[in-house]
Amino acid sequence: MLNTKQGTPPPAAGRAGMKKELPEHFKDYRHVWVFIELERGQVHPVSFELLGEGRKLADKLGVELAGVVLGPAGEATLYAVAEAFAYGADLAYLVEAPLLEDYRNEPFTKAMTDLVTTYKPEILLLGATTLGRDLAGSVATTLLTGLTADCTELDVDAEGSLAATRPTFGGSLLCTIYTLNCRPQMATVRPRVMAMPQRVNKPIGRVIQHDVPMVEEEIVTKALGFLSDGQSSTANLAYADVVVAGGLGLGAAENLKLVKNLARAIGAEYGCSRPLVQKGWMPADRQIGQTGKTIRPKLYIAAGISGAIQHRVGVGGADLIVAINTDRNAPIFDFAHLGVVTDAIRFLPSLTEVFTHRLSPHSRDKLAN
Amino acid sequence: MHIVICIKQVPDSAQIRVHPVTNTIMRQGVPTIINPYDLFALEEALKLRDAHGGEVTVLTMGPPMAEDALRKALTYGADRAVLLTDRYFAGSDTLATSFALSQAIAKIGETFGTPDIVFTGKQTIDGDTAQVGPGIAKRLDLLQLTYVAKIASIDLNTREITVERRSEGGTQTLMSKLPCLITMLEGTNEIRRGSLDDALRAARSRIVKWSAADAGIEDLTKCGLRGSPTVVKRVFAPAARAEKAEQIDTTEKTPRDLADALIAGIFSRQPALEDELAFDGDA
Repeated sequence: MLNTKQGTPPPAAGRAGMKKELPEHFKDYRHVWVFIELERGQVHPVSFELLGEGRKLADKLGVELAGVVLGPAGEATLYAVAEAFAYGADLAYLVEAPLLEDYRNEPFTKAMTDLVTTYKPEILLLGATTLGRDLAGSVATTLLTGLTADCTELDVDAEGSLAATRPTFGGSLLCTIYTLNCRPQMATVRPRVMAMPQRVNKPIGRVIQHDVPMVEEEIVTKALGFLSDGQSSTANLAYADVVVAGGLGLGAAENLKLVKNLARAIGAEYGCSRPLVQKGWMPADRQIGQTGKTIRPKLYIAAGISGAIQHRVGVGGADLIVAINTDRNAPIFDFAHLGVVTDAIRFLPSLTEVFTHRLSPHSRDKLAN
Repeated sequence: MHIVICIKQVPDSAQIRVHPVTNTIMRQGVPTIINPYDLFALEEALKLRDAHGGEVTVLTMGPPMAEDALRKALTYGADRAVLLTDRYFAGSDTLATSFALSQAIAKIGETFGTPDIVFTGKQTIDGDTAQVGPGIAKRLDLLQLTYVAKIASIDLNTREITVERRSEGGTQTLMSKLPCLITMLEGTNEIRRGSLDDALRAARSRIVKWSAADAGIEDLTKCGLRGSPTVVKRVFAPAARAEKAEQIDTTEKTPRDLADALIAGIFSRQPALEDELAFDGDA
């Protein structure tokens, strides 16, 4: 059916080889869209990461990249539009309405599906945040199109189809997924999986304003309040430059203080691997890995973590991975850059002490002299 | 009130191994469990039933062996179990799954009473998509409350429900109406043990088994592979890194010497980091 132009037969893998001619009514679906997540006046950084990825896809396809901003009229939406341009969008679709103030599924789904059916994007990307996943599932089902969750890699093939790669079976394997015969091709990507793109120098673009065909009275769900996590640093874990994490090798819940002490000494965030959450030693929002947070720090120190594939999925983007583990055959040494085969419980206090000493202004003055 | 909860039987992902040569999942001997997030939802459903009266129907779509998961749910105290099983469902992606489950829920409504709440876990641990819950809500035109940490209140007279849901950086309080679909977060409930009575009842209970036709599904093109817009084109193992970690020599070293060596190794690779850390440490 397809591929004949290139003369290469489609790979025969069940239905994967059944790529068909796209139905006529989908053929005018063009351009790449990125949902710019705006919650409580803040743009989620994952939106910029997605613009970087969306730019590459749009360039390969030779189409435009658009940011989609939904929110109440005001500075926040204008800022979101300007930022979308600054991170590479050619244009922005802007829906401003008071009912888009707090995130609620009903008006956001309505606004997004209405934009899609009106302006017909071929690819729609959203962050795999709580908001993005809530919205993406509803939008894809309303449009009866495919949605691929938590992608780690996005590409377009020779025919211009979106190839979305995601971990499966808890990260043990990766699979590449296509959306056949439906548009748009939708995907979500977790924060910190894609690198933050450079800001562009000339942040200009077109703005297309659109109305959401809905009034507040039609919306059943009401937002009563919002309790911010405030200074809770768990929110910063994904974006921290330095992260220290502990695993089962720490032996007991009280030894987690060794991880926290080191983190405090070097200004790092701390986290843990999944078994510690299961044991109740640390809250779930500190979990790093496939079912927890994806991190992308400059330095990651894993203490007593064996490095199951699920953990690797969450830390693979770190610049420098340091592993401390008693088992020299632990899988973490397969993807760490630096390793120490030793007992983290005995080693962490010394590491903290030497770090503190080396980083103190006093010793640095001495070094400078 | 009638509560329907969707569960999934999943392989215990902690025990899954990948065949080193063929890169395929080795399922043999891997135990199956009820998706852990679904258990939190089940507990919430049981608590609501115990407080307000009514029934809890547990539903799963899967192969015949998924009956084990349903029987387990009955031992926890669910009142009724429905297994949706048919070869037409094989290869379903999240869109096709949400279609089949929504049809079965509609049929459950006709047969056993319209549900006031449909529960799911926030996601499964094998698929990790968190898409089926929202998909079911949309298919059934139910109000959707995802990532719910707590049901703050429920009023069966006014049909009002107030929940606390997690979002990025905070907790949102939403008031909505029944019927609705709720996806539950982890760690909000202690799973009950189930009573001896429940265990005996579960052993005696007959599981309702429905084929696609039994569930009233007429359009089979919306099921299984045919109803799935997404297809898996390639499955492969993550690329192995060329070299292993450089090991710091640990022979005859005190922890302090070892720390010195490690820190030197870190800063030789990331020289800029030393100034940044010193700044952060002082701050």
